[in-house]
This record gives sequence, C-alpha cells and structure tokens, in this order.
Amino acid sequence: MGQANRVGVYICRGCGLGDRLDTAQLAQVADREGKADIVREHEFLCSESGVAMIKQDVASEAATHVMIAACSRRSKTDAFNFENVALGRTNLREGVIWVRPDTDEARETTQEMAADYVRMGCAEIKHMQVPKGNPDRGSNKRVLVVGGGVSGMTAAIEAAKTGYEVLLVEKTGVLGGMTGALYKRVPYAEPYGDPQDTGVSALIEAVDADKRISVFLNSTISRTSGAPGQFSVDIAKESGGTQTENVGAIIMASGFSNYDANQLPELGFGKTPDVVDQLGLEQLAKAADGGVIQRPSDGKAVTSVTFVQCAGQRSDKPGHLPYCSGHCCNTSIKQAMYFKDANPDIDTNIIYMDLRTPGNGEDFYRSGQRKRVTFTKGVVEEVGVANGSLQVKFKDLILNEDVVADTDLVVLATGQVANSGVDIDADAQATQEDKEAKVNQIKIPVESILNLQYRQGPDIPHLRHGFNDSHFICFPYETRRSGIYSCGPVRRPMDIAQATEDATGAALKAIQAVTNASLGRAVHPRSGDLSFPTFRREGCTQCKRCTVECPFGAIDEDEQSYPVFNESRCRRCGTCMGACPVRVISFENYSIDTVGSQLKAVDMPDEFDEKPRILVLACENDAYPALDAAGMNRLEYSAFVRTIPVRCLGSVSNIWVTDALNAGYDGVMLMGCKRGDDYQCHFVKGSELAHDRMTKIDDTLQTLSLERERVQVYEIAITDIQRVPELINDYAVKIDEIGMNPFKGF
Amino acid sequence: MADSDTAMVERYRNSFLNEVEANVEEGDWVKMCIQCGVCSGSCPFGPHWEHPPQELFMMIRAGKREAVLSTDSMWMCTSCYNCIVRCPREIPITHIMHGLANYAHRLGIAPKMNPTRRFAKLFWDNIAQKGRVNEMRLSVGLYFMDGLASGIKKSMEMASTGWGMFRAKRMNPPTLFVHKGCKDSEGIRKMLKKAQEIEDRRKGLTV
Repeated sequence: MGQANRVGVYICRGCGLGDRLDTAQLAQVADREGKADIVREHEFLCSESGVAMIKQDVASEAATHVMIAACSRRSKTDAFNFENVALGRTNLREGVIWVRPDTDEARETTQEMAADYVRMGCAEIKHMQVPKGNPDRGSNKRVLVVGGGVSGMTAAIEAAKTGYEVLLVEKTGVLGGMTGALYKRVPYAEPYGDPQDTGVSALIEAVDADKRISVFLNSTISRTSGAPGQFSVDIAKESGGTQTENVGAIIMASGFSNYDANQLPELGFGKTPDVVDQLGLEQLAKAADGGVIQRPSDGKAVTSVTFVQCAGQRSDKPGHLPYCSGHCCNTSIKQAMYFKDANPDIDTNIIYMDLRTPGNGEDFYRSGQRKRVTFTKGVVEEVGVANGSLQVKFKDLILNEDVVADTDLVVLATGQVANSGVDIDADAQATQEDKEAKVNQIKIPVESILNLQYRQGPDIPHLRHGFNDSHFICFPYETRRSGIYSCGPVRRPMDIAQATEDATGAALKAIQAVTNASLGRAVHPRSGDLSFPTFRREGCTQCKRCTVECPFGAIDEDEQSYPVFNESRCRRCGTCMGACPVRVISFENYSIDTVGSQLKAVDMPDEFDEKPRILVLACENDAYPALDAAGMNRLEYSAFVRTIPVRCLGSVSNIWVTDALNAGYDGVMLMGCKRGDDYQCHFVKGSELAHDRMTKIDDTLQTLSLERERVQVYEIAITDIQRVPELINDYAVKIDEIGMNPFKGF
Repeated sequence: MADSDTAMVERYRNSFLNEVEANVEEGDWVKMCIQCGVCSGSCPFGPHWEHPPQELFMMIRAGKREAVLSTDSMWMCTSCYNCIVRCPREIPITHIMHGLANYAHRLGIAPKMNPTRRFAKLFWDNIAQKGRVNEMRLSVGLYFMDGLASGIKKSMEMASTGWGMFRAKRMNPPTLFVHKGCKDSEGIRKMLKKAQEIEDRRKGLTV
C-alpha cells in the first residue's frame, strides 16, 4: 500500500446498543485512544444507509481499514463485506450487552467492557492488511479418482456430471470393485423388502458413456506431487510404462479388502469348503443364479444354512478386528433371502451378538423375519465337521444354553479391512519396545496407494484401525492432505448406499478444492480465505517446529531447513504461527501482533479496584460461536472477561499468554475443541498441540511466581451454550479466591 | 392331533415355528420378535414365569417343542396387556400366550394341575352347560378342587365374605342345587358345538 493506513471506526447504535451503551464515549475512546482517523456512529449500521456510509468512506479513500463495532463477526457478514479493505469487527452485541444485565449497577462495568472491545478492535485493525490471495495458485480443474469400485465410479460420474474432467484409475482389469463380485445388493429403495440388482453394470455403462471420464485399468499411482490445483501424478500401467498427468484434486476411493478368514480356523474356515465367507457365498449365489445354492463339497442342494455374525470382528482377540463393519448384518439377511427366495423350506439361522441394520435395514430385517429367517442371539464357539454335515457349536444367549446344531453350510460374516496404504505414523507412534519386537517379525510390505512426494510420508494419515484419515464428526471427506479427499470403505466401514453418498460428497469437495485453488483461496474449513502464512527469514532459527506440527503437511523445508510454504495446501489455521518459538510466521490479517496488541490495549484497572480481568482466547470454530449463542440466549457472564477469537487453539502463541500475565490479566482461559481420538478440532491437531504447549506454560508461571490456575485450557463444543457462561463464572469465582495478579500496573 | 403331537422337531429349524403358526392364535407373529425383552420386563408377573414371553418366542424358534407346550409360563398371563402396549414390533403377545396355552391344552400336554387351567376348565364346563354361570357351583367347585379337607378349610376362611354376599343378595345357596341357566340351554349348546366345528375345521383338525 502506497498510502498510509487510514482507520475508520463505525459504531452501531442499533439492536439496543444505543440504549445500553454510551456510544459517544465509545467514539471518544476510538478517537483518542484508538487513534482512528474517522469515527462515526450510526443508528442502524447494517442497514442500507449504514453500509452506504462505510462504502462512501472507502470509495473516497478516507478509510483503508474498517473497524466495525457492532454485532459478532459471525453475523451480518453479507452486509459488512467490502472489497480491498482490511476489515475488523468488535463484538458489542453478543459479547457485551446480551451477556450483561440491564441494571443500574451493571451499567458501569458493561460500558467498560464495550470500551475495551473498541480499544481492542482499534489495536487489531492497525496490524491488519488486505489479504492478497495465494500467489502460488494452480488452475488445473481435473479430478483424479483412485479406485474403480462403486465409490470411485460414483465420484467420477458425479464430478463429470458437473462438467469436470475425471481420470479414473483402477488397479484391476475391470471396474466394479467389491460390488461387482456380488449377486445382488441390500435393497436401497422402497419397500426395502428384497435383495436388489447391484447396479454395477449401469454404473460402468455410465462411466464408459461419459466423454469427460478417462478410465485407466490395470493401473496404479506411482507418484503424486504438488498441491490443490496443481497435482502431478504418474499413472503406472501393469504392462509397464507410466503416464504423467496433471490434476487439480484427488479422490481416494481405494475401498477395502475382505478380512482373511483363514485366521478363523475355529470356525472351520479352510477345513471344509462348506464354510465360506460372505464373499464366498456371493460366488455360490452367482453360480446358482436364483436357483437353490449348492454345497461346494459335494454339490448337494443346501437345506439348511447358518450365518455366523461378527466372525473375527468386534473382538479383542489377537488377529481379530476390534470394530463392527456395519454392513454384515444386512448382508447376511440378504444372503439368507437368497435361500428363502429359492425355496422357503430351507432353514436359515443367523446367529448374532447384536443385530445392527443401518439405513433402511430395519424394514429389511422385518422382511427377513417374515420370510422365516431364524434370528438367534448367540455366540458361536466352534464349527466342526461330523457325519458329512457341519456342526455349529454355540451359546444361545436368550435361552442361556449351549447348543450344537447341524447345518449344511456355514457363512462367516467377516469384516472390512481398509486399503489405506502405508501407515505413515506407525513408526512415530511405536515405542522402542515395539520397534525391537518388530525387528524379529516378518514385515508384510504394504503398497502405497498414492505415493505422495510429501515430507510427511507417501499416504494419507490413518486414523484408527487402519482406516483413512477423515474428520468423521463434522467433515467426513476431509483428509489432512488438502485437495485429497477420501470416500467409501477406505475411511470407515460402510455399505454400498453409504459409499454412494460418500462418493458424491467427496466429488463436491474436490470441485470446491479446484475452484478455491484457482482463485488462490483456502479450502475448508476457512473456505474462501485469501490470507496465507509468510515468515521473516532473518528471524527464523530453522527449528523445523512449523514443518513438523503443520497438521496438513503444507510446509516443506529447503536445503537449509528453512520452511517452504505450500500455500495451496495450507488451511490457514495458524498452527505454524502458534508453534514458532521466535514468532516470525504471520498472516496478513492474523498475526502475533493482531492478537498481542489487542490484549495489551485493554484498560487494566489497578489491583485495588476489585475489577479483575480475564482473557479468553476462544477458537472461532466452536468456542466463539458457543459464546455468541450464549449471548443470543441472554445467558449472563462476568463483565471482567475480554474475549479474542483465534483461528484455532493451535495458533495460540505462548507469548500471548505470557504477555497477558505480564500486562496484569488475572487469568487466561483458552477455549478449544475436543482433542484426542474423538477430536472435534476443525484442524485435527490444533487443540491437541495447544494442550501440549500449555503444559509447558507451567514453567513460565513458575518463573513469574504465579499460580498454575491463572492459565486454564478448556474443551468446548459448539453446543456448550449453557456450559460456557458457567465455566467463565466459575473461573471468575476462582480468580477471586486466588486474588489479583500482582503484575498490574507495571 | 396325534400327528402334530409326535411331530419331528429339529433344533433351530422352521418346523415347530410352522406348527405354531398353523395352530396357535396369532402364532404367525412369533417370528417377528426382535428379542428386545421389553415384554418380559413389563410383565407384572415376570419374575414368576419359568420362561418369559421373549424366551418362549426364542424357544419356539429354537424348536424346543416339548418344553414350550408343557411349561406353565403362558398360563401365568393375566391379560394386563402391558406387553402388547410396549412391544416395539406391536406383537399381540397376550393373545399368543393364550393361544399357546389353548394349543397345549388341546394337545393334552399342558400341565395337568395348573390352577389357571383348572379354573378355566371349571368355568367353561359351568357356562357351556346352560349358557349362564352358576356362581355357587363355580365357587364351590373351585374351593373343593383339591379335595374335601382343603375345600372345607377354604370355605371357612371365606365364610364372612360369603355371609356378606348372602345378605347383599349376591349369593343364593339353593342355586347350588338348581342351575336355572338361560332360556334356551339346548340352543346354546348347539351354537357352541357348531362354533367348535368351525374352529376345528379352520385349524385343520377335522377333515
């Protein structure tokens, strides 16, 4: 910017702000302390005339920086949307008048609260610049889909339908994946009563018919590099030779492998061909093609069949899968119907621990019952062979007795094992003991799916049980590799209906990614954000903390170990900024200074005023909306609180906490999302890292001879609307007990 | 009847379920049970049943014919309808309990000395004869069900109640000997006979 920054402060008097607050005093604060170039009040700032007033100042270049003192930054975003202007918002409505009682006693502290927020807003805006957008933008809009099963084909078709070019890479020689191996599928349409056609051939036809989809059969991905909008991938053919293609986004739909039933000898698998897994039964059903299924051992028409649910699943025995694969109960009901529909006199017994029929499976279950499929709650212990038939030994859990039942055929409902490639965290998480133990083990080589040329490893991180990364609570298709989305059973066990929905979602995410990338904007969750991180090279100590802690693998290192930002991969969470010990990383509109100057701008009453100050650093994704919602519900909380929204708790720099305590704040509350295995952090690792870093703040507190309680970290969900004010008020009481911070006034 | 009595029943096969469906009132609902156990938990007599309803349904599906038909469990049902109200599958459990009891009785496998069964039989014989219940005979029959000594004992216990009923003209001792019945007792008996024939034909018990 050639000219000097000119700050315009606009104070709204609408929504009761004018009645509850002395806005003339606030204007004075903005003018004298905030050093604003223009200060204007308006009766109704988000109205046409209010917005026009701001626009006029912007047009006449009277204001290059606009600070709006009105409602929360989360509301009226359409009205307060100006181009080429650095925009700051300070929250006088949800953050002040709505959380304070309208009484004479409260008037003074409420006004002080509002005045502080105006000071903070003025301090912040001075350090903000207009984000110019990511300079390293790629504009490739092709979508690569890895995997040609139902998930992959659906994603390809959905992306192509919206006009995007798709490359579909399939490892085998045919499209269809697991679903292609099925005789029929669990019904997906009313009345959910009978098995339905798999629909695979229709999908394949649709893929073949679409000119925008190029199919690569017998091919794998041997190299992936780049970033959203500018990925470069090598597609390797089985017959030899590779082809390099550029794509804008990648959808990973590599699906699942069947659990190896040979690990279940106690259930007879491998001992006799008459014990099959569900996939094996599909083959038999395909061979019978609607007729009575024949026993593999002697070709005899099956008269009775027993299904063993949770075979090698939901079990903590070594080699078993600890999780439920979700589809197998419905699949067994479907397979029992293969028999019942061919001949109702065939006895079909499904032995289950807990019958779970997701989707519209409850109707399907009812249909199975009507067809006289026997459902037995029990645990199968053993399957043996005697007198030419199979003997299933199980405990009936309803009748509480041990039973041995004869049957012609046994079907094991085994689980799904994700084809998720290399577990890049495996070595990092392994303890020394594990590593030593592994030396003596035969290592089964796992083939990488994507062969990413990222410093973090060749594949997408795994979450649990070998399933792919995904934000399973809020954003299912998001992985920690921007522009790469996973869908289908590779990210969690699922059935065809769920995989179809999943693939559609992932296709839409891929489209968003290529669009945002071409415009130099961030992808989810700060979708559309134009800011990006930069660092001051002179100050950098090459400690690599930013490159290691970035949850998205967006930062590489050059030969001298300086960070190299891949702006297109960056999600703008600021975790690197929070990690940097020398504070050289910043965004144009979010930096150590934008927050640091705010917390210092607060007018600090002295020790004897009995007005403590509590700093709240609230995650803008969950905690800040919860605080806003508390305001909307008129839930009161302490007037001594000063809240600053942060992009993620991971972006919180320790210096802010130290500065706050030095400045005389009596307590600091850090509000982030839930961390751990069931994390809700929008940036996956942010709250986790913040918690780790804050355990080290204890040293700082000790150096300052301050109580540990002065800094507290909280996990807040967006729904904690009642809880947040309670936490604040409890903390205010606690601060009262501990006493004031002795550093006030220095 | 003899055929189904000696029917070959295999474990966890449909054979007994099919038999129940063919012979027991509302028996075609048995297969719809999801084993949630709400019926058993809702039954005021639950703890006193040898096999609560949910278990009976599983026994039927497991082919435990003998055990199901000879238990006194379904005879414990007092028709409070709690189970029907609460069953998530809306299975008419009460009706099935009575249906099972009735089927076991018809087959002659029901427990001989079960008081509910004996009372039901006493009541039926009493009303079916003349189309109207003779309360004196029913009570006396019930009191002396287990023999003279226990009958006298029970009568003595209930003496003051009986005296009160007599004074309120609710009990008339001479009717013990003279059962008036309804106007056309013969007609009633014919009607019942016809109904039985229709019922038997429906259940396939007669050709």
